[in-house]
Amino acid sequence: MIINHPLLGPRDSAEFVYMGDASLIDRPDPDTAAPEDWHAYAYLRENVAGDMQELWFHEGGDRSWLVVTRNTLTHEISSVALARDVARAKGRSK
Amino acid sequence: MSPRILLIPKGNVSVHDLKPITALGGTTAQVDVVAGVTLRENPGLALASVAARIGHEDACSAHLADLLEGAAPAAGKCRLHDPEAAFWMGPHQWMVGAPFETHEDLAAQLKARFGNTASITEQTDAWACFDLRGDRMEAVMELCCNVNIRAMQTGDATRTSIHHLGCFVLRRDPANWVRILGPRASAGSLHHALLTAMKSAL
Repeated sequence: MIINHPLLGPRDSAEFVYMGDASLIDRPDPDTAAPEDWHAYAYLRENVAGDMQELWFHEGGDRSWLVVTRNTLTHEISSVALARDVARAKGRSK
Repeated sequence: MSPRILLIPKGNVSVHDLKPITALGGTTAQVDVVAGVTLRENPGLALASVAARIGHEDACSAHLADLLEGAAPAAGKCRLHDPEAAFWMGPHQWMVGAPFETHEDLAAQLKARFGNTASITEQTDAWACFDLRGDRMEAVMELCCNVNIRAMQTGDATRTSIHHLGCFVLRRDPANWVRILGPRASAGSLHHALLTAMKSAL
């Protein structure tokens, strides 16, 4: 499987480490979150059959974290973005 | 085998008589030649990493451009320059190299220049440096790693796995020369892998 790195171009997926559902970016606000919110954030995941947003870490490359949109039925990758940019677009890391 | 560290009496104490050794443990750099391709251990490189701090990315890049007398290297590139050179490691992160003889305190020199715009980390003793040089160097690299070495040109730099070790590969000038930086603690394994590939490919 090839992942089209937004900065480095096509790279072998063997260079990457799968880091799970990209919903990890949506960490609850520590000031307002209820215990149920933390439980959902830490433990609950959708079992998607179709396009899924995933975190991949370029461990054998530039060490960037990517948000990869992958179809779990076909393994087709439709988009790849730097996780940093995705998080900032959501108002994180300000 | 003779001990590498001796205790030398000095006054009423004993002090260590420390001898510098290369990454492969020798007192001189190891050189291997296979069919016209040379693998040379390079102990003469001082290294320091530069990571721009959030909000200071532009100022950090400007300092680096000033140091290198040219733009800071973009993704996948290096800037070959004397005495300081640099390659891109990640977004707003670079590795700077310079001759060890004149820049042993490279990290301190860079910290004085970059100030609060970047975090500087001493890297000299973290890496082993090998220069692989010869017209059939590409055949060796193709056996070692999944980098498309024939598409790489002088000034390209990338990170890859060689023998399960995360290494940086820099294509230098002339283009029959690549510099390989690998983890110093595994210098022997990396050297073995490169030499085995040379004997196999050439």
